Amino acid sequence: MKQSNLHGEFFMQGNIACAEAALSAGCRFFGGYPITPASEIAERMAFRLPQVGGSFVQFEDEIASMASILGASWAGVKSMTASSGPGISLMLENIGLGIMMETPCVVVNVQRGSPSTGLPTSWGQSDMMQARFGSHGDYGVIALAPKSPQEYFDLTIVAFNYAEKYRLPVFVTSDAIVGHMTEKVYIPPVDELEIINRKYTNKKPGDYQPYTIEPGQWVSDFAKAGDGYLYHSTGLTHDERGYPDMSEACHIQLVNRLIDKIKMNVDDIILLEERDLDDADVVVVTFGTTARTVVPGINLAKKKGIKVGFLRLITVWPFPEQKIRDLAKHVKGFVVPEINMGQIVLEVERCAGGVLTKSLPHPGGGIHDFKDVAKAIEEVAYAK
Amino acid sequence: MQNKIPTHPMEDYLRMDRMPHIWCPSCGLGSIVTAFMKGVKNAGIDLNKLALVSGIGCTGRVAGYVKLDSYHTTHGRAIPFATGMKMANQDLTVAVISGDGDLFAIGGNHLIHAARRNMDLNVICVNNFIYGMTGGQNAPTTPLGAYSSTAPYGNYEQPFNLVGLAAAAGSSYVARWTALHLQRIQDSIEEMAKKKGFCFLEIISPCATVFARKNKGGTGLDLLQDYKRRSSIDHNADPQKIPLDMDGEIVCGVFVNDEKPTFAENVEKGTSRKVKEHPLYVQDRKDQEV
Repeated sequence: MKQSNLHGEFFMQGNIACAEAALSAGCRFFGGYPITPASEIAERMAFRLPQVGGSFVQFEDEIASMASILGASWAGVKSMTASSGPGISLMLENIGLGIMMETPCVVVNVQRGSPSTGLPTSWGQSDMMQARFGSHGDYGVIALAPKSPQEYFDLTIVAFNYAEKYRLPVFVTSDAIVGHMTEKVYIPPVDELEIINRKYTNKKPGDYQPYTIEPGQWVSDFAKAGDGYLYHSTGLTHDERGYPDMSEACHIQLVNRLIDKIKMNVDDIILLEERDLDDADVVVVTFGTTARTVVPGINLAKKKGIKVGFLRLITVWPFPEQKIRDLAKHVKGFVVPEINMGQIVLEVERCAGGVLTKSLPHPGGGIHDFKDVAKAIEEVAYAK
Repeated sequence: MQNKIPTHPMEDYLRMDRMPHIWCPSCGLGSIVTAFMKGVKNAGIDLNKLALVSGIGCTGRVAGYVKLDSYHTTHGRAIPFATGMKMANQDLTVAVISGDGDLFAIGGNHLIHAARRNMDLNVICVNNFIYGMTGGQNAPTTPLGAYSSTAPYGNYEQPFNLVGLAAAAGSSYVARWTALHLQRIQDSIEEMAKKKGFCFLEIISPCATVFARKNKGGTGLDLLQDYKRRSSIDHNADPQKIPLDMDGEIVCGVFVNDEKPTFAENVEKGTSRKVKEHPLYVQDRKDQEV
């Protein structure tokens, strides 16, 4: 088979690696709108998509961009958009539509300093709760946080796989540091990558219902526009036929399934990096860029004789609740450094069951001073 | 002897398991849907390859009743959703049916930009001068002085002239009819389905439940009578010079019918020159389908 992706070893910017990953995963439609620090992804897709038979459209805003990738996905093409805080805020309503219609697609949030226009050229991790709860209503969500251009590549492929498998918009929550960082990136040939594609129905038109869940599955088989199935899909609460059903019973069933399809598959979805957890007294829970910047602080604390464990959330959502609960049984406490004013720490605290949990916030535009990290670890280790 | 069970004349085109529909008696939408389905059928296109996208509102519900691949999306965003579909699969004919509030208030920006790009979409705007679904609030089409639930002293705003706006933004095809011009609507839909580029059709439709009630317009039939009395046909009219008001003339016709390259054609033209010479270009697209 002819290789469609750029493969080999590259000195590559994170955002470019993300775009190349999307192409390797089979993404053939990108709808976007310029925004710092995410524009490189759109620029790369504008350059590369025509080369592989895909389409790029620069829209009038992020609302249109998000709506367009849903439409492209329903027309049978893997699709993606990329933005940053203000743009993601505009996308949230249609992200909810993607959740409700169960539309596979990928949304990249190259986080910058926030709120509002904030720090366009600088970084933050303050959209983590937005990724979880940003669109109105209750639903399950997946967000992956890369710490390097290589992982940005790898996780963008994983994001497409999860999107196809669980039929929802999946977030890649990077930030301006990873987005603009240039490092070595290895891109394997496309046939060496694990690529998951949506399961199309093998039923005949007439027998097919767009939201009938077969036994043992969490999502329905797919049918794309133009294949003769003549199905309906809506953002309203709907039954197996995709028809609006305003009954309480239908709503209960649908909302529960949108949550359960993620909740019941956490073992498949959650990716973690674990170091020195077995005999740890203090566990540093971290994700994304922060997982790199806190390492000197951890090393300093270790030098002082503290047993420090390291838990990196590669999958931030769904949150690894059980992992924290298990750790809470034998550790003295947790330290949660993050470049926001304390978002993921709320989750750690919730699962820690009263075990000391120390937030180490930073509003963005800078990184944690490693001495502060060491100090926080010490405080937890020697807490009375 | 058994009596033959009478069938609905449109049952091949409608989701009969969703009938009765939610529209009010005397609403224009029922006959507009009929004209739409007849128009696309007359165009000879494969209905399996026709996707219909709606936004939110009374007209937004059209997607739920037609036997097509149909998508009922978010308020105002039907056009970008449809754009994604069309760009993902050029074999599809993609139509958008939505209301005046959906397409020109919350979704106004998407409409003018899709028209500017000459995106190959058929957009049908059912204009009833008011927000029906939510109970009669002011729309960007509500005539100056007309009453609505959010204009209790009469509307202070100048309304949009939809055909003028669509033409100015660069549409390839612009037409206006009232809900009484069913044959004309059908013919326009047929033309639009056959035509490439951004095609826009405004249909003036009666809303008895809120617009007529707020404005002492009588029944839906009275409104239709009024629209009929006021309407004239002039294909040569300048779309910029035929705005609508409470009691003036409703000039109908096909005002724009141009041939110009679509977005996809421009992409093809641009890429065929430069992309194919690039070392990263993948020649056989089928080889790398995933």
